[in-house]
Amino acid sequence: MLDAADLAAVRLTLELATVVTLLLLALGTPLAWWLARTRSPLRHGVGAVVALPLVLPPTVIGFYLLLLLGPNGPAGKFTEALGIGLLPFSFGGLVLASVCYSLPFVVQPLQNAFDAIGPRPLEVAATLRASPWDTFWSVVVPLARPGFLSGAVLGFAHTVGEFGVVLMIGGNIPDKTRVVSVQIYDHVEALEYAQAHWLAGGMLVFSFVVLLALYTLYPQAVRGRR
Amino acid sequence: MEQRLRARLRIDRGAFRLDVDLDLPQRGITALFGHSGSGKTTVLRAIAGLERAPGGYVALGDDVWQDDARGVFKPVHWRALGYVFQEASLFPHLSVRGNLEFGRKRVPAQARRFALEPVADLLGIGALLDRRPDGLSGGERQRVAIARALLASPRLLLMDEPLAALDLKRKREILPYLERMHEELALPILYVSHAPDEVARLADHLVLLDDGKVVASGPLTETLARIDLPPSFADDAGVVLDTMLAGHEEDALSRLEFAGGALLVGRRREPIGTHLRCRIHARDVSLVLARPEQTSIVNRLPAVVTAVAATDTPGHVLVQLRIGASPLLARITERSRRELGIEPGLPLWAQIKGVALLS
Repeated sequence: MLDAADLAAVRLTLELATVVTLLLLALGTPLAWWLARTRSPLRHGVGAVVALPLVLPPTVIGFYLLLLLGPNGPAGKFTEALGIGLLPFSFGGLVLASVCYSLPFVVQPLQNAFDAIGPRPLEVAATLRASPWDTFWSVVVPLARPGFLSGAVLGFAHTVGEFGVVLMIGGNIPDKTRVVSVQIYDHVEALEYAQAHWLAGGMLVFSFVVLLALYTLYPQAVRGRR
Repeated sequence: MEQRLRARLRIDRGAFRLDVDLDLPQRGITALFGHSGSGKTTVLRAIAGLERAPGGYVALGDDVWQDDARGVFKPVHWRALGYVFQEASLFPHLSVRGNLEFGRKRVPAQARRFALEPVADLLGIGALLDRRPDGLSGGERQRVAIARALLASPRLLLMDEPLAALDLKRKREILPYLERMHEELALPILYVSHAPDEVARLADHLVLLDDGKVVASGPLTETLARIDLPPSFADDAGVVLDTMLAGHEEDALSRLEFAGGALLVGRRREPIGTHLRCRIHARDVSLVLARPEQTSIVNRLPAVVTAVAATDTPGHVLVQLRIGASPLLARITERSRRELGIEPGLPLWAQIKGVALLS
């Protein structure tokens, strides 16, 4: 069965994934909207940067984030100047790294959903006296609901499932940065296979159920992902 | 003072140049007619503010929507307009009622011009209010879109080929509703179309667009009777006459009177005194010098030639005639014109083979 350390890891993982998903929706929505609507030449570059975590090994992202946020990195100096201290090996660092790492899993479904709406409903809303802000909430959000749902689910699930980035930037500190994937690694290293099974099997079932629900409810949203 | 719609628009997109200066009466239906690519939809979009015409000027009466010279550009949602697109474009996440309420609830209560129930009745959609858009037929969807635009309390209704995406049956289903709107609502409509029948049936005022330029603008009957238009319009040439059903003959014919004469058509069911609009194609009119006696054509009217012009088709000319106060066009061969000696001022007889009733 799960012991106290395992449960702490599960709680921390769910906390992390929830915070990261909320942040990703808040950041990813305007970013995806901009990517879907703009004609700026910058969109190609920004789109490529957003997609980088899809192809890079997590260790590469973790490594550069570590340098950037460390005591000698520009971002590290900045957070120290603000009095926050250094982010690596803290929950905050884990959140930041996860947001970078899971960004494409939220932005791309949203961008596809926004693209699919097309300009016409926005024009219709404008001729019916709706301001752009009003239109976004009363037309775009309801029409892009499958995109929001699949973005949130994929962002959450992907954050739960990460390992490399966590190890690079978060380390393995109980209650602070030791998430389920790291806890499984520890169990396996210590040859505690029964313990590892409980966590690993739980992850497997969780991921399967989430994806099954997504594919069943919104097949078009998942297939639309690039 | 009469409210007028003023629009000076210039758009340059390389291969396509639009340069129009419109000054239109704000009553009845004004048709913006032209072939595809003539720029009519662009004009409508620019008036709505959906498209930007740099340096342009758009004003509805004293309400200035765009005046780039003074840095004025009201965003679309601040303009008191209604817009009906070619496709109904209903919001799929809302019911019919939700679609109708969308614009209505965004207009302050004291500025609302129409109530939901009468508009729904006018367009025959009262029974559809709780349905979802995807369960409606194409014609029903377009009627909901029109009602939705009306409920946003526009001072000008812009319609961009609202019937073009529908088959003939659906078109026939919607046209009577448009005529009712025309009769019952004091709302000016700018109606884009490339279908001559729709224009002849609905419009009071006509603007002809060709290659981004206005080639003619004026009351429908006068403008249709012009023969100085680009030859590409001559194939469909014909006039529209506003007539009144004056009486029925014994042999199942009805008599329509117009300013200058009368026409006989197949028996009509409308009551005497009904106004009927009919269209006479130039190709259905032939000319005879003496009063035609032994002919099967019942509509023979004395006329005077007012002008002659060439057409797109080699060997054919368009003859403009006047029957009393009404104009008529005839399309004949250049050979006939020469042999009969048809010149302006010549009195003759017009034989009308076909009269198309439009309502």
